[in-house]
Amino acid sequence: MIELLQSYWNAVPLSWQTLIVIVLKIVGIVVPIMLSVAYLTLAERKVIGYIQVRIGPNRVGPRGLLQPIADGIKLAFKEIIIPSRANKFLFVGAPLLALAPALAAWAVIPFADGIVLADINAGLLYILALTSVSVYGIIIAGWASNSKYAFLGAMRSAAQMVAYEIAMGFALVGVLIAAGSLNLGDIVRAQQGSLLTWYWLPLLPLFIIYFISAIAETNRAPFDVAEGESEIVAGFHVEYSGMAFALFFLAEYANMILVSVLAAAMFLGGWLSPFAGIPLLDSVTAWVPGVVWLLLKTSLLLFLFLWFRATFPRYRYDQIMRLGWKVFIPVTIVWLLVVGVMVLADVPPWFD
Amino acid sequence: MSLEQIVFYAFSALLVLSATAVITVRNPVHAALFLVLTFFTCAAVWLLLEAEFLAIVLVLVYVGAVMVLFLFVVMMLDINYVPLREGFMRHLPLGIAVAVVVVLEMALVVGPRYFGLEAVPVPPPHDAQYSNTTELGSVLYTDYFYPFQIAGAVLVLAIVAAIALTLRRRPDNKSIDPGLQMRVTRDQRVRLVKMKAESPVDRE
Repeated sequence: MIELLQSYWNAVPLSWQTLIVIVLKIVGIVVPIMLSVAYLTLAERKVIGYIQVRIGPNRVGPRGLLQPIADGIKLAFKEIIIPSRANKFLFVGAPLLALAPALAAWAVIPFADGIVLADINAGLLYILALTSVSVYGIIIAGWASNSKYAFLGAMRSAAQMVAYEIAMGFALVGVLIAAGSLNLGDIVRAQQGSLLTWYWLPLLPLFIIYFISAIAETNRAPFDVAEGESEIVAGFHVEYSGMAFALFFLAEYANMILVSVLAAAMFLGGWLSPFAGIPLLDSVTAWVPGVVWLLLKTSLLLFLFLWFRATFPRYRYDQIMRLGWKVFIPVTIVWLLVVGVMVLADVPPWFD
Repeated sequence: MSLEQIVFYAFSALLVLSATAVITVRNPVHAALFLVLTFFTCAAVWLLLEAEFLAIVLVLVYVGAVMVLFLFVVMMLDINYVPLREGFMRHLPLGIAVAVVVVLEMALVVGPRYFGLEAVPVPPPHDAQYSNTTELGSVLYTDYFYPFQIAGAVLVLAIVAAIALTLRRRPDNKSIDPGLQMRVTRDQRVRLVKMKAESPVDRE
């Protein structure tokens, strides 16, 4: 049986073989992401429920575990209503433009040492470019809906994304200076050592700014003025229903997971074990595969997302702009100089 | 035809088509979106030349920032298109004449004899370790250090000038200095009033 399959496989031309392998790898990345997105929505409702001393969804399946599946089926069967005088092509295309960059960026994420779909030199740049493209889905959705609320949401979102992208980019430049490479795998390998050699310590201001900017970039509370239920109903996706709305939802959560993975890889040592260098714990936990550490770190950051949403009131719009332009950008520039000096002076234990 | 050629021709065709669409479609938002598509396909063609830094930066800067602001403005503007189209037929002969002259001039200056595989041979492909980013950086900060710094200084000057030209101090602006807001103490905002829980009601 196996030999038969082997012979079939060998009959396939070589270029097709690579293509098939790459497609299978993509499926192997996208399917778990989609499942994680589904269960992140459940986790969000559960976590916020417990923070607010409620139980959260608990009716569909054991302890509510099938809730995301039920939600998905419900959304898939709902009618997609296209507003009159909306630009039909862009209206339908906008959710795809929102979701595609969030998924495409995963190509350069290293899950463990050497386990990455595309091990390219310019990985960090690629991620920056793709996250900057993701704003188009929101802008086009707001414009194509032919609705004032949607348009206001799109405008707010565009201004916010452009503002925080710069701070985020500068934070990434700090990581680039520290690691001396744009390749995410090399960045993680440069943090090798122990918990204290990860970049969260020498780049602490950049780490904090990166994470806050990430929250603003994904339009999450407390920076969710683009949706602003109490002010502009639901912002850019007010006219969307059914699966088109679900795609925006998926994009938002996929982006959350993406920025968390990135923060874990750049500042929290990616797949490296937090117990490295500690005598007993290190040998006891040596069997744990690297991807588990990465997932744990990502989950921790995702929990922070949910925690913030349950804790903080929404920022006022002008304060968001002030924070982005007048606080974060100067702080990142100052810390870039500090990092540069640290790298030149070979400050141990990070840069020696 | 190799795979590389197929990719090149596909993206080039898309590039030319979307660039034509930028100047022919009637809706300015569509035109801006076609410009985005043009940048994207251009970046793909540059990737084929192993110029991955330039390709990604093109997407990052032009698609991610410049075109977002463009769209921002174009969407906000309420342009009346009718006067823009007036006199199209009247000016058409002159326009065609100018266009023909420009095409002829370009054909003379950058004609086909300067191109082709003899004039511009295929650059030898680099190995997998070649990093376009590193190469560009090492040239920019050594051989072209002064031009690079001067360009940066000019850009900063332009930013400052643009802000200085458009900055208006409006007397009716009610925004408060954030520093003052932060320094507010409880005593300045809250006054505790002692009063009786119940008082006799006047019945008149």
